[in-house]
Amino acid sequence: MNDLIERMMIRAFSNPLLDRRHDGAVMPCEGGRLAYATDSHVITPLFFPGGDIGALSVYGTVNDLAMCGARPKWLSAGFILEEGFPMEDLWRIVVSMSLAAERTGVSIVTGDTKVVDRGKGDGIYINTSGLGYVPDGVDIAPRRTAEGDAVVLSGDIGRHGIAIMALREGIGLESSISSDLAPLNFMAEDLVEAGLDIHCMRDLTRGGLASGLCEIAATAGVRVRLEEDAVPVRPDVMAACEILGFDPLYVANEGKFVAILPQEQAEMALSIMREHEQGAEAAIIGRVSDTGRSGTVTMTSSIGASRIVHMMSGEQLPRIC
Amino acid sequence: MRFVTEYRDRKAAERYSALIRESVTRDWRIMEVCGGQTHSIVKYGIDQLLPEELTLIHGPGCPVCVTPVEMVDQAVEIASREGVIFCSFGDMLRVPGTANDLLGVKAAGGDVRMVYSPMDAVSLARENPDRQVVFFAVGFETTAPVTAAAVMQARRLELGNFSMLVSHVLVPPAMNAVLSSPECAVNGFLAAGHVCSVMGYREYEPIAEEYGVPIVVTGFEPLDILEGVHMCVELLEDGRNVVRNQYRRVVTREGNGSAIGMIRDVFQVTDRKWRGLGPIPMSGLGLRDRYREFDAGVRFDVSGLTVSESGRCISGEVLRGVRRPDECPAFGGECTPEHPLGAPMVSSEGACAAYYRYRFSGSEE
Repeated sequence: MNDLIERMMIRAFSNPLLDRRHDGAVMPCEGGRLAYATDSHVITPLFFPGGDIGALSVYGTVNDLAMCGARPKWLSAGFILEEGFPMEDLWRIVVSMSLAAERTGVSIVTGDTKVVDRGKGDGIYINTSGLGYVPDGVDIAPRRTAEGDAVVLSGDIGRHGIAIMALREGIGLESSISSDLAPLNFMAEDLVEAGLDIHCMRDLTRGGLASGLCEIAATAGVRVRLEEDAVPVRPDVMAACEILGFDPLYVANEGKFVAILPQEQAEMALSIMREHEQGAEAAIIGRVSDTGRSGTVTMTSSIGASRIVHMMSGEQLPRIC
Repeated sequence: MRFVTEYRDRKAAERYSALIRESVTRDWRIMEVCGGQTHSIVKYGIDQLLPEELTLIHGPGCPVCVTPVEMVDQAVEIASREGVIFCSFGDMLRVPGTANDLLGVKAAGGDVRMVYSPMDAVSLARENPDRQVVFFAVGFETTAPVTAAAVMQARRLELGNFSMLVSHVLVPPAMNAVLSSPECAVNGFLAAGHVCSVMGYREYEPIAEEYGVPIVVTGFEPLDILEGVHMCVELLEDGRNVVRNQYRRVVTREGNGSAIGMIRDVFQVTDRKWRGLGPIPMSGLGLRDRYREFDAGVRFDVSGLTVSESGRCISGEVLRGVRRPDECPAFGGECTPEHPLGAPMVSSEGACAAYYRYRFSGSEE
C-alpha cells in the first residue's frame, strides 16, 4: 500500500504541500473567505469518450467551487479500490487527475487510499474535496436570484449523459458523441472579474438543466421562464434523445453551467463565455419572471405554447416505442 | 435537426391553428389513441392552440398502462426466481403490481435488466446458457414484429433457456371497446401512426363505417397532430365517416407486409384483459402452439397469484377517456411518478405522467 501511494499518488500529484508527507496539509491563509466543496464519484464506465473518472473527480469539485465564485486552490483525494483493480487503469486515472489539476491550477495536497475485498466495490470510487478563495465583494448564491434576471447557459446540453448512455448500454450511434467534461473555473472567474453582479451560478450535472433551474427557483422562491428554441442541443445529441425518448433538459452535463444575473448584463456575460472554447454555443435561454407560481420553472415550447418543467424524478427510463 | 425540427415550426403551427378555427362550427371531441401523441400534445401545448369547441380526449394507447396487474405480478414472480435473468423495456420497471414492481425485485437482489430490444434478451440467453432468460413482451402492433423476430431467432439458435411473457395488445379492438361503451363521447379519432406503419389502416375502415366516426391516421410531431386534427375536423363538419391518412410519409393502407407476416407466423389473436378496459375478446397476441416452448407462462408455473389494485387509482376511467388525469383526487398528491398508484403515472406514454410532467405546478395556483 505504502509502495502504491509512493509510486503512484505522490509521484503524479507532487507539489510542495503534499511533498511534506504529513498527516494533513497546512496551507497559508490570507484572511477573507473560503469556499469548501466535496464530490464523490461512483461511475460506470470508468473511461468514456471525452474523459475518465480521474478528470471527472477533479473537475467535479473544481466546478462546484467555481460556482460559488471561488478560485479553487487545494484538493484532497480519497480512493477506495476494489481488490484486484488493474494497476495500469489506476495509473491512467491518477495521471488524468494530475493533468486535470494542472489544467485548473489546483494542487492535490492530501489524500487517502483504502482497499476493499473483491466484490465489495465497483473497481474504484474517488472522493475529492476542495478549498478556494472567494474574492471580496462576491456573493453568489441561489437566494440572490431575483425578478428581472436573465438566465445565461454556457453551451449545448446533454452530451455527457448521452455519451455514457451510448457506451454503457451498447447503443450504436452513427456519430460518436463525446462527453463535454471540462473545467468551468476560468470562465466563471472571467465573469466575476469583469465586475458583473452575478446572482447565482449552477453547474448542470446529474438531472441536467431542468433540475438545476428547478432547484434554484425553489430555493429563491422565484419563477423561471425558458424558451425551448433558445436552448442549444447538438443535432446528434437531439437524435439520440429522440430515439431513446429522453428530454435533453434532463440529461447530465459535466462542463456546462447557468449564470443568473441582471438582464442588462446578460449580453456581456454571453460575450465573455463565448471567448472560451467550451462557451462557443453560450446562449440567453430565459429570464426570471414575475408571472406564474413562485418556485416553478415554465417553458415556451417550440410551437409557442407553455408548459411546466419539473425536477427529474428517478432516472429517465427509455421508452417502448 | 432534419425530419424533426421542421415539424415543430411555430409559424406553421400558427397557420394550422388558424385553419382549424376557420373549419370549426360546433363542439367536437376527438380522441388521440396513442400515448405518444398524448405526450406530444401535453409537452408542446398543442391543445392550447385549438379553439374551445375542440376537446382532445386521451385514449388507451399506452402499452405499459393497459398491461393488467396480473401480468405485472407474473413478471415480478418470475423475475424473483433463482437463476432467472428477467429482461424488460425501461418503462415497465416501475409499474406497480399488487405488492411489488420489477425495480423492487432488482433492489432485493433479483437479476432484472433493462433492454432496448428483445434481440438483446436473445443475446443474453446465448451468453448465459446456464440461466433462464425471460423477456417481458409488452406493446402494441408496433413492437410485435421485433418480438416475433426474437422468437424466430431463438428457434433458429435452439435456445432452450429463452422464453417470453407475452402481453401484446391490439389497437382496433380497444377502439371498438371505447366506442361501444355507453359512456363514450368520442366523435372522431386520431389513429396511432406507428401502429399503422406496421398494420396499415384497412382494418379501421369497418370501424369508421360501423360507428359513424372519422378516423385520421396521425403522426407524433406537433405539426402532424395539428394537421391530423384539422383533417378530422373537416371530416366531422362534412359528416364523412371515413379513414384518412395524415402520416403519409410513413404509413400506407396495406402496411408492412413482411412485418405482418412475421406477426402471423409467431402469434395468434387471443382474448386479453386490459387494465382499465377489462377483458376484450380477440384483443391480444399470444404465441402459437408451435412456439409454445418459448412461453414463460407455461415454463414457469405462475398460477394462483392473488391480485389486487389500488382502489384510489382511477386509471380505468383515464384510459377510457372518461376523466382527465388531473380530475383524480390522488393526482399529484398521493400519486406521483416517484410513488405511482397506477401505470399511467409511470410510463413515458402515460397520460397521468404527461399531465404531471408538463402541467402540474403544485396543489395551488
